Amino acid sequence: MHKVLAISIIASMIAVGGAQAQSCHEGKTISAGKLTIATGNPAYYPWVLDDAPESGQGFEAAVAYALAGKMGFMQGDVIWTRTSFDQAIQPGAKDFDLNMQQFSITEQRDKVVDFSLPYYTAPMAVLVRGADGLTADMATLKRLKWGVVATTTALPVVMEKIAPESPPLIYDDNVNVVEAMKAGQIDAALFDLPTALYLGAVVLEGGQVLGQFTADETKNPDHFGALMTEGNPLKECVDAALTEMKADGSLAAIEAQWLQEATGVPLIQ
Amino acid sequence: MVNRRQAYEAHQRRRSLSIAGVSTALVLVAMILLVPLAPGWQAVKASFFDAAVFAETFPTLLQAFMIDVMIFAWSVPLILGLGLAIALARGARAPALFPLRIFGAVYVDVFRGVPVILTIYLIGFGIPGLGLPRPWNSPYIWGTVALVLTYSAYVAEVLRSGIESVHASQRNAAICLGLSERDTMRYVVLPQAIRRVVPANMNMLVALQKDVALLSFIGPVEILRQAGIYKSLLANFTPYLVAAVIFLMVTVPATRYADYLLNRDRNARS
Repeated sequence: MHKVLAISIIASMIAVGGAQAQSCHEGKTISAGKLTIATGNPAYYPWVLDDAPESGQGFEAAVAYALAGKMGFMQGDVIWTRTSFDQAIQPGAKDFDLNMQQFSITEQRDKVVDFSLPYYTAPMAVLVRGADGLTADMATLKRLKWGVVATTTALPVVMEKIAPESPPLIYDDNVNVVEAMKAGQIDAALFDLPTALYLGAVVLEGGQVLGQFTADETKNPDHFGALMTEGNPLKECVDAALTEMKADGSLAAIEAQWLQEATGVPLIQ
Repeated sequence: MVNRRQAYEAHQRRRSLSIAGVSTALVLVAMILLVPLAPGWQAVKASFFDAAVFAETFPTLLQAFMIDVMIFAWSVPLILGLGLAIALARGARAPALFPLRIFGAVYVDVFRGVPVILTIYLIGFGIPGLGLPRPWNSPYIWGTVALVLTYSAYVAEVLRSGIESVHASQRNAAICLGLSERDTMRYVVLPQAIRRVVPANMNMLVALQKDVALLSFIGPVEILRQAGIYKSLLANFTPYLVAAVIFLMVTVPATRYADYLLNRDRNARS
């Protein structure tokens, strides 16, 4: 047993050494030869399945491993850690190389931290509870009472694009929005499409996705990027790997696998 | 004409004042010189002390603070009323009213023992979840209820200590005058008790003013939430500093006033 283990470790070290010889991440990660990736706590479907990113199941977990592979890391060299949203954007040293938890890339955030190229562009979708008598048009949306998660870019979309008649209520996370919907305090909430589909199908009883905005219809669709510390030398390496994944179709394949093009969600007129 | 003793005391006063002044100045200078020497100071300064962000977010945050003030304003009379009722229930002496005493004791134990934020979550999401129609399921209503329940437990304890601090001779005197139990409470005990605990209750109200911000967890967009929104929009923590400054503008005078009342009270008794 020990022998097998030793041989496999040596073998993987040789393999890694071979990869590192021409890899771009040499000396740029916080622990040599390892890639430390942070995600949310807890991390949700469809981004990470069962709150276990190390399984590689779920869109972000799968992208993370594919990305690490392209950068020249072995599967075992990926270390997972957890951070909150605030921990990721506060100044100072970080305990991760990359942070993947559906961070929308925005200009202001870009001043404080670095983002990779986007690995996903999410359309916004409207989650309601019981869509009877509701149609996917702006006149209907204006009349609804909205709830939004504070840390997402959904808030500006609700305020500027929809501009509802009564001011929206604002919550800390998806669970609280769903809870407010169950309590009948809000009629509708705006999420990115994958989140809306998941919440409507699994979390919110009787939840339905009323409609979606096209990603290019919004002036700035939500691009998700991996977050790094400002001026992180690893960015070049991550971006090169992402560009390669976009070119060879592997990123699109992961997206198709985990974020199936949703059927039956109409476009909002 | 100053005698020797007065001269000595004046000298001592001057000496202690100058020592206090010098030591304060030293601490300030040390802070101003040493903090910027920290390696991360530039990043922290950009994240927490951005003057442009401060100016940009201040007016909106001040507006959002009005919501806190509003919730505070309608909570206070409810808290004082319910707190007094609970205090009286705990002090009920008639054997027939024993269940009332038990209720009062349990109520105070429960609502003092549960963190405010939990009470807010449980009541703010739980009761509307029973299926109340709008507008009766508003987070403003049930958030207020949560605050009132928690704080009236504290205020009840403060009032009870006030009631018990009224000397027994006062009650006896009232009985001698032929006042009923109710009248004794109303005209003799409560006026003294309430006056005695005004400073302690002022402290409660300062704490309440800060805890109103916790209602943001169940939806209302008040100052804390508005600051959080700016934080995510601008990726900068300065809005929190703005919110803190706005709170201090209100709470510092209030605490000072409470201290003044306490001191006046103490001086009157000594």
